[in-house]
Amino acid sequence: MALHCGRACRQYLLHLAHDNVDFRLAEIKALLSLRDRPFETPETFKEKSPFWHLNGLSEDDIRSVMSRTVCGKSAFELWGHGKTTEELRRSLLEYPSENMAPYLQQNSTYKINVYTFNKTLEFKDRIKKIDALDFLPFEGTVNLKDPEHIFCLLEDYGTDPNDIPEEPVYVYFGRWIADGQRELIRSYSVKKRHFIGNTSMDAGLSFIMANHAKVKANDLVYDPFVGTGSLLVACSHFGAYVCGTDIDYNTIHGIGKASRKNQKWRGPDENIRANLRQYGAENLYVDVMVSDASKLVWRRNAQFDAIITDPPYGIRESTRRTGSHKDIIKPPEDFSGESHVPVSMAYHLSDIFADLLNFAAHHLVLGGRLVYWLPIYRPEYCEEMVPLHPCLTLISNCEQTLSSHTSRRLITMEKTKDPEDSDSLAHLADPRFTPYHGHNSFREKYFSGLTKKNGKNAKVTAENED
Amino acid sequence: MKLLTHNMLTSHVKGVTKGYPLIIKATEVKVNELDFNAQFVSRMIPKLEWPALVQAAEWLGQSQELPDTLIPDYENDEEFLRKVHRVLLEVEVIEGCLQCPESGREFPISKGVPNMLLNEGE
Repeated sequence: MALHCGRACRQYLLHLAHDNVDFRLAEIKALLSLRDRPFETPETFKEKSPFWHLNGLSEDDIRSVMSRTVCGKSAFELWGHGKTTEELRRSLLEYPSENMAPYLQQNSTYKINVYTFNKTLEFKDRIKKIDALDFLPFEGTVNLKDPEHIFCLLEDYGTDPNDIPEEPVYVYFGRWIADGQRELIRSYSVKKRHFIGNTSMDAGLSFIMANHAKVKANDLVYDPFVGTGSLLVACSHFGAYVCGTDIDYNTIHGIGKASRKNQKWRGPDENIRANLRQYGAENLYVDVMVSDASKLVWRRNAQFDAIITDPPYGIRESTRRTGSHKDIIKPPEDFSGESHVPVSMAYHLSDIFADLLNFAAHHLVLGGRLVYWLPIYRPEYCEEMVPLHPCLTLISNCEQTLSSHTSRRLITMEKTKDPEDSDSLAHLADPRFTPYHGHNSFREKYFSGLTKKNGKNAKVTAENED
Repeated sequence: MKLLTHNMLTSHVKGVTKGYPLIIKATEVKVNELDFNAQFVSRMIPKLEWPALVQAAEWLGQSQELPDTLIPDYENDEEFLRKVHRVLLEVEVIEGCLQCPESGREFPISKGVPNMLLNEGE
């Protein structure tokens, strides 16, 4: 229909990286929703495919997504596609020539790339593929170094590396629009970061979390288990003001044992503020505090635009809160803070999640998001185990496998209702929380699958996992 | 500790009903110049407890002649927004403590970081 075939209904092709596969859909959907745009695909959409065909968007929408995504590699204006080269040819010939014309003009420069997924082509075969496109009315001059327009032939050879077909299963041709932010994974690598800890979140996942949380410029973001501030670093990259708390005095002050190999003690100025400074975002640092996530240190109506956190599960960092209890954990011997050390006690995982959801319900702005990791003992997992709250709507639930029997799930919830008195205790009777009852409940299961023989190896893997 | 944080903090000492705002007792205050961000300040102002901000600025001798009540149409008053920006984000308490107005319990601030931990039973 004529109504549908203006500029607005152009189709776009998103080429995605083939790692963190489970996190991609939630990321792209969140980035589109930042612009109030829907995620529309043809019925043939396959989430696990590296190529997504998107409808109902503008080029500006696509550019905006690409300016943030760490899952997306590149985006193209889709000119044609098909199961075979012949189908592609027919599809390209049907593409409105007025849409192509501005990019094919005589005085312009261009180049054509060939990208293959799950197969490597020889140079001469690539040239052949490019030559086969000569039915398109290219009038400009080829310039491989600095072309004005870049076109790409993308060939999909399936996802099974042990069964690579002779011919591609699907082919696309389009005009390159923009690349994603994969480069951030390298430039923000924890390896090069000033201040890190044993459980610092890797850069790629930190950016994914910030994207799932829809963190944007001038937001105020809070991490209640801030550790060394990896998540705050990612949020500040997108222009958000950041703050965090942690119960560990030594971590917040950057003192004590170093997490790096070949370095015994933390140096001066190893702290979260210095990390933000390293990436030129110190102006977005609000504060960090030594505080107990189970205690209400914020005034009743204090509000954050996003809460993004990686709570301790008791595997590599102990779960603690202040208070008195029989199983008192001894304070660390190298503690060099104030003379009195409040006694830490076990902080049950079920309580951590109940407190976190309750906190989010009260301290998020309406529409604000909570993004956090939930540890999973895989043999027992079912969707009903994900904690719910009457004021928070579950948006996405993405799994990262850690071992054969454990994983963690990145849970994203959005505040859709202000809490009333009746909402505050709703979670307590909820049977969903039973899997996390008892201190170390997850820890016990985590290590339960290990026999004496492989126990040592599995433990090492768990510790190296970030 | 910045005054934006102070504005959002409250005492959580057991049994305390009027724990806000925490009294600031500073022994070292620093002012860090930052690039002015009108948008962020305009976004934060309606979320602030205004009298507590004015009070906190006065405790630190940084009042910037802020009015006792929030002015209308502040979004378009750059001079005003700059003052609020300074008080919210540039003024920092480096050493001192926060005191619960009801119980008198003090929370130390060291190297700019408040320690809000309570002892068992508090």
